[in-house]
Amino acid sequence: MTAYIVRRFFYAIPILIGVNLLTFILFFVISSPDDVARSQLGDRRVSTEAIESWKADHGYDKPLLYNPSAGGWGKFGDTIFFQKSLRLFVFDFGQSDSGRDIGYDIRQRMWPSLAIAVPTLLLGVLLNITFALVIAFFRATYIDFWSVVLCVVLLSISSLFYIIGGQFLLSKLLHLVPISGYDTGINAIKFLLLPVIIGVIAGVGSGTRWYRTIFLEETEKDYVRTARAKGLQESRVLFVHVLRNALIPILTGLVVILPQLFLGSLITESFFAIPGLGSYTIEGIQSQDFAIVRAMVFLGSLMYIGGLLLTDISYTLVDPRVSLK
Amino acid sequence: MMLLGISAAHPAWNNPYPSQEAGANVMYSSFKERPKHLDPARAYSADEYSFIAQIYEPPLQYHFLRRPYELIPLTARGMPSIRYLDRNQVELANGAATAAIAFSVYEVTINSGIQYQPHPALARDSDGLYRYHQLTEEQVSGVYKLSDLTYSGTRELTAYDYVYQIKRIADPAGHSPIASLMARYIVGFDQFSEVIKTARREAGKAFIDLREYPLSGVSAVDRYTYRVLIKGKYPQFLFWLAMPFFAPMPWEAEKFYAQPGLSEKNITLDWYPVGTGPFYLAENNPNLRMVLVRNPNFHGETYPSDGAAEDKAAGLLQDAGGALPFIDRAVFSLEKEAIPRWNKFLQGYFDDSGISSDSFDQAVRFNAQGDATVTEQMQSKGINLSTAVDLSIYYMGFNMLDDVIGGNGDRARKLRRAIAIAVDFEEFISIFANGRGIPAQGPIPPGIFGARTGRDAINPYVYDWVDGRPKRKSIGSALRLMREAGFVGGVDTNSGIPLSLHFEAVARGPDDQARLNWMRKQFDKLGIQLIVRSTDYNRFRDKMLKGTGQIFFWGWNADYPDPENFLFLLYGPDAKAIHNGENASNYQNPDFDSLFEKMKNMDNSPRRQALIDRMIDIVRRDSPWIWGFHPKSFSLHHGWLRNVKPNLMANNTLKYNRINAEQRRISRQSWNRPVWWPLVAAVALLSISMIPAVVSFRRRQRRAAL
Amino acid sequence: MRLVLLWTDIFVFVLLAVAIAFSVYASRKEHLRAPWGEIGKSSVAMSALVVLAFYLTVGILDSIHYHPKLDSGDQNSARYSTEIVSVFDWMLDSLRNKGEKTYSAPFATHLYSKELVVSGEARQQYVFSRLEHGGAHLQEQADKKLDILKTSTWAAAKAFASWILFTLVIVKFRCYRMRASWREGLRQVVCAGTRVRWRAVLLTLLVVMVIAWVSFDLSQKYHVLGTDKVGVSVLYQALKSIRTGLVIGTLTTLVMLPFAVLLGIMAGYFGGWIDDIIQYLYTTLSSIPAVLLIAAAILILQVYLDNHAAELSSAAERADLRLLFLCLILGVTSWTSLCRYLRGESLKLREVDYIQAAMALGTTHFLIILRHILPNVMHIVLITVILDFSGLVLAEAVLSYVQIGVDPTTHSWGNMINSARLEMAREPIVWWSLSAALVFMFTLVLAANLFSDAVRDAFDPRLRSGS
Repeated sequence: MTAYIVRRFFYAIPILIGVNLLTFILFFVISSPDDVARSQLGDRRVSTEAIESWKADHGYDKPLLYNPSAGGWGKFGDTIFFQKSLRLFVFDFGQSDSGRDIGYDIRQRMWPSLAIAVPTLLLGVLLNITFALVIAFFRATYIDFWSVVLCVVLLSISSLFYIIGGQFLLSKLLHLVPISGYDTGINAIKFLLLPVIIGVIAGVGSGTRWYRTIFLEETEKDYVRTARAKGLQESRVLFVHVLRNALIPILTGLVVILPQLFLGSLITESFFAIPGLGSYTIEGIQSQDFAIVRAMVFLGSLMYIGGLLLTDISYTLVDPRVSLK
Repeated sequence: MMLLGISAAHPAWNNPYPSQEAGANVMYSSFKERPKHLDPARAYSADEYSFIAQIYEPPLQYHFLRRPYELIPLTARGMPSIRYLDRNQVELANGAATAAIAFSVYEVTINSGIQYQPHPALARDSDGLYRYHQLTEEQVSGVYKLSDLTYSGTRELTAYDYVYQIKRIADPAGHSPIASLMARYIVGFDQFSEVIKTARREAGKAFIDLREYPLSGVSAVDRYTYRVLIKGKYPQFLFWLAMPFFAPMPWEAEKFYAQPGLSEKNITLDWYPVGTGPFYLAENNPNLRMVLVRNPNFHGETYPSDGAAEDKAAGLLQDAGGALPFIDRAVFSLEKEAIPRWNKFLQGYFDDSGISSDSFDQAVRFNAQGDATVTEQMQSKGINLSTAVDLSIYYMGFNMLDDVIGGNGDRARKLRRAIAIAVDFEEFISIFANGRGIPAQGPIPPGIFGARTGRDAINPYVYDWVDGRPKRKSIGSALRLMREAGFVGGVDTNSGIPLSLHFEAVARGPDDQARLNWMRKQFDKLGIQLIVRSTDYNRFRDKMLKGTGQIFFWGWNADYPDPENFLFLLYGPDAKAIHNGENASNYQNPDFDSLFEKMKNMDNSPRRQALIDRMIDIVRRDSPWIWGFHPKSFSLHHGWLRNVKPNLMANNTLKYNRINAEQRRISRQSWNRPVWWPLVAAVALLSISMIPAVVSFRRRQRRAAL
Repeated sequence: MRLVLLWTDIFVFVLLAVAIAFSVYASRKEHLRAPWGEIGKSSVAMSALVVLAFYLTVGILDSIHYHPKLDSGDQNSARYSTEIVSVFDWMLDSLRNKGEKTYSAPFATHLYSKELVVSGEARQQYVFSRLEHGGAHLQEQADKKLDILKTSTWAAAKAFASWILFTLVIVKFRCYRMRASWREGLRQVVCAGTRVRWRAVLLTLLVVMVIAWVSFDLSQKYHVLGTDKVGVSVLYQALKSIRTGLVIGTLTTLVMLPFAVLLGIMAGYFGGWIDDIIQYLYTTLSSIPAVLLIAAAILILQVYLDNHAAELSSAAERADLRLLFLCLILGVTSWTSLCRYLRGESLKLREVDYIQAAMALGTTHFLIILRHILPNVMHIVLITVILDFSGLVLAEAVLSYVQIGVDPTTHSWGNMINSARLEMAREPIVWWSLSAALVFMFTLVLAANLFSDAVRDAFDPRLRSGS
């Protein structure tokens, strides 16, 4: 087990390098260093010299990946890629191309994202599992059928619509919560209510359906029949035996997203004006701030790898039959 | 229970601000995009100016009320004195010929006794030494925002600070967007840049004190007077002196922010300004809100006592002579999406708001005379509307380097003119801008010297003057032009190939599809197939730089109210694809260019007007642009916000605004009473619907157990 | 007319050919025919199938593209327009060409907002102008309701008559095959006594036919679902979006499925270095934000398009290539999650007794995977694919929100919903675009889901033997 974790840890390094390289290539497919400079310098009255001097100051005047003019290791070392990527591995994100400190911004913006994501996830999972169990209980009846239809209705609606509709109903018509905004501390609650409720409702359709499939899958297994044959109450069979055995696929789905929670959600945060991390990556892409994109992708992949590791560990904890080698 | 407890304390549940602020003299507004730079040497966009113009004070400003726009002193004691010198730096007599002028000297004298806002960079200890200029690592580690430094200080504004700022513009490390422009005009600017560049290379990361390096064209005469030496004649320089680029900067600020460890906490000059203006930036969280607070050291200014003719009737002169600023605080919240922003305005949580195209019908209606007023719904809320024609133009440009559509040939010119008739910008304005704009007749928007009015204003190639108003020529005359150009029904009569043109578009939002479809419909009228090459902004800019596009849509916003600022968009030596200038359609006409060179340095006079008329005639005939339209800006504000008059040149208008906080508190409360019953009803309904489920659960449970 | 094959057309037809070939093959093999027979027994599934077939028909008709012929003077040399239209466009010609100026509500006769009209001697007025096409044949406003009622009743009657005809043909055919009498055949169909639920099929067909016929007839005179900001019929947009939705849903799944299934099972089953490599692959790919991947792919395409502007002269071809690219790149980004699930599942299955036994007996890995593992993970694949299908159709709206979706000129529900975002804030509210997109999308997603449920039940070996 420990050996496995250590091995995974070392696997993370090539993954991070791969991710970094791919991000780098993709980003510079979209925008050349000149574009990066232009987007920082603005559109009006920008001269070629200004661009060159900006690039020189920010280290974008080197070749991208391979520097034939340098000698030895410098062929790879004296490039934008190498110079800009190395420091990531010690979590030094440096400054964004527009001059703000990235580490500072991330630390500041992750809390609002977490404040939305955690309650949404917890409430959502709880609600979805409850619904799914109830539906599984009534399997092959009209309740089952209409619940599935309802789930499909719910998941056929665009998330944009949930947000706009929710704001319209609860904030504009009923005046119950602020339409958008954020504050720190206890004051944050009134701002969080609406996004959390909407997040949960928007996820109910697909979540419930997914869990229902898993539960139905379990209910057809032999041990369930045995349990039933022994005369156990249906609810007990479902809520104890089936639930426990269905935990593997549920965990696989859940654990992997846990570390990514603080990365936030783009649309929710823009509509509710929440200063989270959700829009940070896309802001970086849109304003062509490579430093931000690179840092966020690095962080994202780190969290993703962490999630996978957690999943594997949780397998063994839930089901002793699975062994990690 | 807890929820009910909160409800008693907060009368309005949906109030996004702390309830104790309810009756305070605070203004609430929003911003759409976070500002990138708050450094006056770098900032160059409207969303940045809306903050820093309240903080930094250049020597001049625009009069708040008078129209046409007029420059008046801000920190300067009077308007700058201008002297002209010949090649040997000998002063010329007044009225000397432009050709003889080799240099101009601008001398600015500022008022004494102006103090900076309280700032740690200016704090001194009892020995008179700067308290925070040698921060230790330990001190830095405890600092997370600027206000964590306990002490602050101030000092008097001097002419040296203005000189220092001009040096900052020249400093290549500052990447000021106007550096290359100023290098053309300010004497010694280039050399200074070079010197600093070398100095910086040698010094590495160490702080460089720009005071130690002379900039030959800019110097302080005494504590309150400084002088700028300009190459040749450049009357537009006065306008630049009203922009934040030329605001003062104390050297102490740069020294302070250059200390190691601060930039890791985003404590930089780019984020924490140091100014003399009516407000200072108290809270700086560009992801959430920016808060401006009244500067306790403000030198004082009074509300103007005269204005344009209609201002008195509009109640804009009630506060004449009052001490500025009127409000204590201004809270700007980040609001990226239009719908929440609009709804919060309607609930009274923003004091002012723009009008998006989609909420337009709700907010504005036109009366029988075609004047815009607010709808009854807005009226009942006491919401007011203010409108102004923007000093900007949106145009459709043809790339003059293109084989088909460009060039000086008669065929292409007729084709361009036919398209100019076919693309119905009246319809465009009514569909996509809700009528907020006026069709452009030439490059210069009304309200700027050189623009004509009435019958003289119309572009005779596209419009006829019918019944006292311009009327777009019929599509028949466009088709006739097409025929003359050799395209019958959109098909080239020589080759038999249908004409198809490329439109270089930047697709951004959902509205763009509609706009592009509309554009295609316009070209359809002539039988031309328009192929939309929609791409991202980078690619678009690339095409413009290389001159490979065909037709494009672009705009220009005035830097200053002078015709030169629009006509230079068609000046040959500024062609984008050739000289990397702002002339995006790469229009080159020697007649136009020579007239432009004569016109640009003239003072406004009938002679200048005559030159401009001739220039406009030329470009109308050649039609390198379809002139498009000048947008009108409509903005709404609540009744409790007073002294609002759109001023498209001045950005420092926050100080004039006045808030009636009590009126706002009452309105907010009456507009935002929480409505509970639907929620209660929904819960009740849900509980009732659970009953059959529970019954059936019981039944099934029993059956399964059998 | 001159036929054109767009890239996605080719894929659509290949997909169609494969589907037909597979059904022919399946009908000959008992073990494949049986589960499909099971599906036939489910009324819900058969109704869903009819709806899906309707969408599919529209999608296929919309995939046959051509350059229409231009009316030119001389007969010898035919000239073709550079525009590309589809057979479906031709069928809806009346809808396509009847544009208004801007918004108009469903069945409206006037524009939705007032506009400035110069009437007579330079007098300006703000009025709701009359529509150019919507209800243009009406003399009196009051006639509208009666006219709508008349038109739709007549259309419904026509639809019903054709349906009766079709039903009789079906019944006759069954009688012929079953060698049953007319009465018996009819009774079986009506009382749902047939093996394949013909009653459900026919009833759904009736509903679909009536709706289609009525809306078609009405759309000749009115804008049944209103018009959008530039006056294009919303019904036309919603119908054109069907193809886009289907292409995104199916092509993407097609791209990702082989990777996901093969790699996922291999990783879980073999473990060791194979597992490591596959994990490396999908971890790396899914660590990169999809937004960046998609944006980059779209941009690469744009650069390509700019360099090959001459070959791709029409907007339709460019838009089509973008759609194809979007599908490919969405496939690349979406296979990883299914792959991960499958790996987890195979990891578990590997330890199950009968597979251990099969390994001990020396069965080849290939056979074990094919016979034992694949059938046991099929339900996960199926459910993921169907969820992904609807998810992809929905995701397109979000992609449009960040400006990297389908080409803005392509009709799609995503584009419609995204525009509706702004329309929701209008007062009075413009609801028809959003509702139309939602209803069309919802019907498709619902039908796909219900059908997939039946497929899952039919193919799950345990369910089949059990209940």
